Amino acid sequence: MTKETRLIVRTHSGEGTVDVGRKLGALLHGGDVIALSGELGSGKTWFTKGMALGLGVSPHMVVTSPSFALMNEYEGEIPLFHMDVYRLDKVSDFLDTGLEEYLHGEGAVAMEWSDRWPQILPDWCVQVHLTVLDETSREIALSGQHKRAVAILEQMKQELER
Amino acid sequence: MILLGIDTSCDDTSAGVVVDGRRALSNVVHSQVKVHHPHGGVVPELASREHIKNIMPVVEEALNRAKVGLRDLDGIAVTIGPGLVGALLVGLYYAKGVSYASGVPLVGVNHLEGHILSIFLEEQLPDFPFVALTVSGGHTNLYYVEDFGQYTLLGQTLDDAAGEAFDKVAKISGLGYPGGVAIERVARQGRGDRIRFPRAYLTKGSLDFSFSGLKTAVSLFMKKWEDHPDDVALADIGASFQESVVDVLVDKAILALRQKDAPALVLGGGVACNQRLRERMKVRAVEEGARLYTPRPEYCTDNGAMIAVAGYHRLQSGHCVGLDLDVRSRFPL
Repeated sequence: MTKETRLIVRTHSGEGTVDVGRKLGALLHGGDVIALSGELGSGKTWFTKGMALGLGVSPHMVVTSPSFALMNEYEGEIPLFHMDVYRLDKVSDFLDTGLEEYLHGEGAVAMEWSDRWPQILPDWCVQVHLTVLDETSREIALSGQHKRAVAILEQMKQELER
Repeated sequence: MILLGIDTSCDDTSAGVVVDGRRALSNVVHSQVKVHHPHGGVVPELASREHIKNIMPVVEEALNRAKVGLRDLDGIAVTIGPGLVGALLVGLYYAKGVSYASGVPLVGVNHLEGHILSIFLEEQLPDFPFVALTVSGGHTNLYYVEDFGQYTLLGQTLDDAAGEAFDKVAKISGLGYPGGVAIERVARQGRGDRIRFPRAYLTKGSLDFSFSGLKTAVSLFMKKWEDHPDDVALADIGASFQESVVDVLVDKAILALRQKDAPALVLGGGVACNQRLRERMKVRAVEEGARLYTPRPEYCTDNGAMIAVAGYHRLQSGHCVGLDLDVRSRFPL
């Protein structure tokens, strides 16, 4: 483990949040895990819409909240597994659903409400925390410690500065 | 023709027996709501093992109530998507096993087609073409339906489903689970015009939906309200939220009727149980000179009978399948 790397971005619209997600998505490889957190309505699903675009998922595919279904899959250049543990009560429920296998699969994973059970997240995940500033503005904090996460964040920093 | 329909696409394990895609002999749902309510909020344990535990007793109960045996069946219809793969697999493999052992043909069904066709379990039937609004915890879709098997998606939610908005707002406001029932109940005591929550109509003429902004607006409102309730009651918040969702659902469904010049509107899905939605939709449909068709609540929520209806029409058009049938987590109609 290296020291934590951290990036902070502010967005002022849903589209702005999508754009940050798109930049991150474009940097991902199969097996990368993005651990999303933030209160209801902070933009986790919108951020994931952007990730899908960045991963080469067709813009005609509508990325919607996976809260009800627990996980939605999208075919891209790299497949995207969009999961949400909002409705699960216990970590054992998570294990029972079989979703854990996708954390070690071939696709990129975006997991909403990932802060519920940090122990299930792999070391190499990138944490993305969204904070509501007002009706339309969000603060997005991206962080990670593992060398793969740091590599993603270094590239992301360049993308954001561009 | 007698069909057994099985659905395990999400929280409920359900099975029903239907004659000729019209008359339900039984409709059994093992709802997990009661089991999970004591946890006070978040929802169910969605584990596939719940379905594994439930499926045999639920199917047996459906056959018993219908007073039919496996040898009376002409087909077994099972939901193969969309839904959670682990949950869908339980229904599919159970159905495959029964089909293999009994020799009864198997047919795979799209859960959404089941919701659209659930109206065919009722006495009053719509003529084709019609517009169907399928609105539940996982879906908010508008379809143009020209015949059995001919569905055109007109619009869908871009973020949260309407039912999900009800559940999440109920959680934010501490109203409990299931959110749709809790909000509808409290809303009867409140004023729907007390707070003007946003209505997302998106671009002009769009038949797509968005409910995440509304969820955020309620969440921000609640934070202020907890410190300064003024004279706003919790019931007013529930009623105002419900009014906002109903406004958008009604306006978009009516717009779809106009755009397609369709004579009838059919509701389906769990949110179609909402009385306020039914009343408001009826008034507006009548104003448009269109007829509104609403299945009774037990056919709106997830159920096996609607899967038998959809399966019947699939079999009629020669869609019998083999045992190599697989599930599909994403399954656009």
